Amino acid sequence: MKAYLGIDVGSVSTNIVIVTEDNEVITSLYLRTRGRPIEALQAGLKEAAAGIPSDLQIAGVGTTGSGRFLAGVMVGADVIKNEITAHAVAASLVQPNVQTVLEIGGQDSKIIILRNGVVTDFAMNTVCAAGTGSFLDQQAARLGIPIQEFGRLALKSTSSVRIAGRCTVFAESDMIHKQQMGHRVEDIINGLCEALVRNYLNNVGKGKEILPPILFQGGVAANEGIKAAFERALGFDVQIPRYYNVMGALGAAQLAKEEMSRGGKTRFKGFDVTSLSYKTRSFECNSCSNLCEIVEVLENEAIIGRWGSRCGKWDIADL
Amino acid sequence: MLKVTFPRMGHSYIAFKMLMEEMGNEVVVPPRPSKRTLDLGVQHAPEFACLPFKILLGTYLETIEMGANTLVTSGGHGPCRAGLYAQVHHRIIQDLGHKVNMVCFEAPLRHPIDFLKKVNFLNSARLSYRAVYQAIKKGWHKLKALDNVERLTHKIRPRELVAGATSKVYRQVQLWLDQAKTYQEIDEAYHESVKALNNIPQDPDRMILKVGIIGEIYVLLEPASNQEIEEVLGNLGVEVERSIFLTGWTRDNLNKNSKDLVTCHEAAKSWIPVAIGGHGQDSVGHTVLYAQQGFDGVVQLAPFTCIPEIVSKTVLTRVSRKYNIPVLTFFLDEQTGKAGMATRLEAFVDLLRRKKLARLDTHPAVTS
Repeated sequence: MKAYLGIDVGSVSTNIVIVTEDNEVITSLYLRTRGRPIEALQAGLKEAAAGIPSDLQIAGVGTTGSGRFLAGVMVGADVIKNEITAHAVAASLVQPNVQTVLEIGGQDSKIIILRNGVVTDFAMNTVCAAGTGSFLDQQAARLGIPIQEFGRLALKSTSSVRIAGRCTVFAESDMIHKQQMGHRVEDIINGLCEALVRNYLNNVGKGKEILPPILFQGGVAANEGIKAAFERALGFDVQIPRYYNVMGALGAAQLAKEEMSRGGKTRFKGFDVTSLSYKTRSFECNSCSNLCEIVEVLENEAIIGRWGSRCGKWDIADL
Repeated sequence: MLKVTFPRMGHSYIAFKMLMEEMGNEVVVPPRPSKRTLDLGVQHAPEFACLPFKILLGTYLETIEMGANTLVTSGGHGPCRAGLYAQVHHRIIQDLGHKVNMVCFEAPLRHPIDFLKKVNFLNSARLSYRAVYQAIKKGWHKLKALDNVERLTHKIRPRELVAGATSKVYRQVQLWLDQAKTYQEIDEAYHESVKALNNIPQDPDRMILKVGIIGEIYVLLEPASNQEIEEVLGNLGVEVERSIFLTGWTRDNLNKNSKDLVTCHEAAKSWIPVAIGGHGQDSVGHTVLYAQQGFDGVVQLAPFTCIPEIVSKTVLTRVSRKYNIPVLTFFLDEQTGKAGMATRLEAFVDLLRRKKLARLDTHPAVTS
């Protein structure tokens, strides 16, 4: 049986998806990156390899996310794509009529506008990660509430508490102030959800024509409080796809499938890469005043990838 | 003896260097802004100042270390705080204990006496006014050659067969122009440069996208401040047209009725009818013009906290919808990580390419 592997190495999570030729998802893994993308990817691939039928053959691999180049050289990717394209492709796969994709991940948030299945506009947060998953994580930890419970609590809110949403530092001091004033935790959490949505719509969503069907994806889509706040602010239903937290990987797998349909043999190195040793190291190039930071990726002590130079002097493009 | 330096802004230092040397000064060529430049600038600048302020301050401190004792820069008027940067820079540098001259040129027609005084100060060779005028004219001639060569790289880079070939030749020809000292040598170096660039093997059938680059002048002109966005776009198969070149900007500033300026402000009129400082009005005007000329998209570059560009960004969302031209904005600050920008540019180019293909599909005649 032929299948396609999609890998999304993000700042917070590393996601792996295996999809069959008929778009059936047989593996869907969401693992924490914890600042160690190589280990996360190896652990993920090991887990994926253990759970697939023995006759399954990987016919193509796609990588995406901020760690897409690293993952790409490690596993031998057939296609390496940015996460905006990957998310849009996955959304169209799940809901062919989709016109708006709201995506909030660990460190970034984006909005993608599609018309007739084609991306016509997109925006990503520019200078600040306010209102993304990392901040919600942090606040849940501070309040001692498991992140899984966070959104559900917001739905129990009975009165609105206003929290500043533009900057996480402002938001946190507002939350602490309101909590010391004696507001209920549920109301504060709901206030935070509304603040994040307000900030999102005013920042990445600025000037965009948001029309249904609307898909909400990325790790933060698990938060019912945010979903409800989006629906209140937009006046439309917001749908959460079944594989909401691995949509980037799903899109990468789909892109790999499209790539392989043009013929050729996959570069996939096999699941054995989980047992190889990978290392990275960096150095500063002193050839000119740019002082580029060059990163090298080593597989069993052999250099398989190198990037970071502006002039291309050090780049190994064995992809 | 005056040891003169000035801000580094793209390749303009090549022309300024020649001019300052002809006026009898030793020149300390400002190094390309690096991490160290930024570190120095950030350390000593007010936190809320913009990126150009910090890079310039860092550059001054680096060149002072290299022996410079005279900083030459331009001032400005109108509602952008950059008009006061020279004065603030000077104070910070003095507070750090460096004794240097700050020579800040204002628009010569508005302040003719001030202009001549400053020219006299820098005229170490005691040239006649006529000779100074000739030197400025020749510097201008060189600057025009440099700008034209750069414009040509924008056309060739997206079409090159070997990645990086254009940038390599471009670095080489800048040296030729740097070494040319007379009109004849400049013209010769220019023609050789054009020839060398045109000799780069190109793919004539490649589908090329055309993108206009608009925004604040410093981050537009100095590649080190915008993560070499023109090269990155060129490598993605995009021919860029930059809205500002130093020669064009100078012409517009000396003559309020210059044709380019009038056309641009006319185009911006229904969106931003008055000058709002910096290049805010121009950014909107150029976007309208690029849309009318059939460009595929526009990229806006702005220093973080730049008010004029924030205003135009807000207006541009509506301009973009009305003229059906995608606009992508980058706010630039201290970040040196390239991944964020690379991801957004790759996605933007994907979008433009699909849009263009869809258009070509509905009008197949265009392809043949």
